[in-house]
Amino acid sequence: MDQFLQHLVNGTVLGATYALLGIGLTLIFGIMKVVNFAHGELYAFGAYVAYALVSLLQMDYFVALILAAGLGLLLGASIEFLLLRRCRLENIDEVMLIMIGVMIIMQNAELLAWGGVAKVVPTPFPQESIIIGGIYLSPTRLFVLGAAIVLLLAFYLVIERSRLGLAMRATFQDEDAARIVGVNVGRIYTLTFGLGSSLAAITGALLAPVFVVTPTMGDLASLKAFAIVILGGLGNIRGAALGGFALALIEEFGAAYISTAYRDAIGFLVILAVMIARPQGLFAARERVG
Amino acid sequence: MRRLSFLVIVAALALLPVLWPDPYLLSVVAAAGIMIIAAISLNLLLGFTGQLSLGHAAFFGIGAYTSALLSLGFDVDLGFSSPLVVAPKPVWVAFAGGIVMASLFGWLLGKVAFRVRGAYFVIVTISFAQVMRMVALNWVDLTEGPMALVSIPPLSLWVPGEGVVRLVSKASTYWLVLAAGVLAYVIVANLVRSRIGRAAIALRENEVLAKSIGIPVTRCLIVFSVLSAGIAGAAGGLYAHTVRIIDPDVFLFIYTITMVIMVIAGGKGTLAGPVVGGLIFGLLPEMLRGVVAPEVQWMIYGALMILILLFMPKGIVPAFGGLLKRGRISVRRPSATQGASS
Repeated sequence: MDQFLQHLVNGTVLGATYALLGIGLTLIFGIMKVVNFAHGELYAFGAYVAYALVSLLQMDYFVALILAAGLGLLLGASIEFLLLRRCRLENIDEVMLIMIGVMIIMQNAELLAWGGVAKVVPTPFPQESIIIGGIYLSPTRLFVLGAAIVLLLAFYLVIERSRLGLAMRATFQDEDAARIVGVNVGRIYTLTFGLGSSLAAITGALLAPVFVVTPTMGDLASLKAFAIVILGGLGNIRGAALGGFALALIEEFGAAYISTAYRDAIGFLVILAVMIARPQGLFAARERVG
Repeated sequence: MRRLSFLVIVAALALLPVLWPDPYLLSVVAAAGIMIIAAISLNLLLGFTGQLSLGHAAFFGIGAYTSALLSLGFDVDLGFSSPLVVAPKPVWVAFAGGIVMASLFGWLLGKVAFRVRGAYFVIVTISFAQVMRMVALNWVDLTEGPMALVSIPPLSLWVPGEGVVRLVSKASTYWLVLAAGVLAYVIVANLVRSRIGRAAIALRENEVLAKSIGIPVTRCLIVFSVLSAGIAGAAGGLYAHTVRIIDPDVFLFIYTITMVIMVIAGGKGTLAGPVVGGLIFGLLPEMLRGVVAPEVQWMIYGALMILILLFMPKGIVPAFGGLLKRGRISVRRPSATQGASS
């Protein structure tokens, strides 16, 4: 039973970060119809920012977290402004391929700058685990969970309560109608891409002290983010949050009770299973796009 | 006239080992040729049916692994009382087995993936390739996992006066790849001009309209998926028996991307496109080798892909093909072909 609860807790911590990763991707798809293959690279970018600032420049970890989010926002907004703005009306396949080009460039830039060796980011928290009722939880992971939940709530408030969120939701529903009522759709796109990228970058920075930082970490993150988003239905933000927790729990229990070797394959099997059984996503109320 | 120029080009390519017997050059061109065959097969889906399949390396890998394993023989415990033992098969039989296995998976993936379109289709195909890679990595009893399959036997051929020759020399490998490439090209050229090929182009242009005039859309897509997978499997088999060592890296996403870049750069939906794009992106790494680091080389690839998509979205062959206009069978593609759902 303790084992079961332990896996449940581990899965929940991981799930909170998966949810962050997933909502960033689904937000970008929902509003812009862009399948962002570079999402995982922005996650890796955040992790490398944390590494550079904390390990190399001896900066405070919490400052590094905020800087990672800010730089992610800037980078994402620049990608949108410099590249996607030129091809908004092209078809979805071409935009996908352009984002794959961005992914290749970013990943190899990381490889060139930092080499293939895994980097370690030191945690600012004590090493020994807290034990509650027989369940072990390291303070770092506890912080990750707390921070992720705060970010999820903040994101929810921005989307549901702010003027920016209102404009985003309007663009999501009908771009032309949003334009008519005075929404600057171009700016919404730039901000959407920046916000989604920023979420990916801060997730990377949050998880950097938990795992190690490698140039290929973005690949897996991208593909997991796709699995999460498919679970929830593309463009469905609440679905992506639920999908994040669902995928993490499926992975955690799958690895514990079925096979660790195929842990990372579980996400893809989930995608294939969802596509066969329920192509619109498990939590989808809206019709699918594509 | 067109047939004549085709024969002249093939004859010129066939004479290359005689005119320029540089083993390094021949092996580089042969390696590019294998990727060109894979790109030709991807073009069937990407160019002629308009479906962006990003799991194509999986069929290449399945062909390579099946062919290699059948020619080496294997025994594997499937959980029954006695393990499944397969004795080594003649190499050509193994090669055919690889094509059949890849086609089967093409059928299977087609059945699943063509239930959806657009972004969903792309993600399903990627997932499929990733699952295949995980299987190749983790099913060590069968595939040796990251330790790779080694000493794969080469293909051999009976030549009049010489007897059975093992195709190991650079020139014979080159001719083998060239022959396979020409065969793939001719098959694809005839396919896309056939009834089903025209049906595929119709559904690429407007799926709803194609359906409304009675084209069995899903069946047509699955036929293309099977043929495309089979040709990719053949390319994988050629790779396995010429390089003679394979590891799970053949399933990497980056190989699919290489094929996609070749098709897009050359011109998707044109017959010559994958060949032109394949020659450029197959030989470019060799020219860049030693000049820049491999990471920079990949960054150049990525940047070129973005530039081509932004400024020459139809590819090189249509852009420079004004003179050879009669050779084109591609129809100008309107930008709004998305949105049709299954």
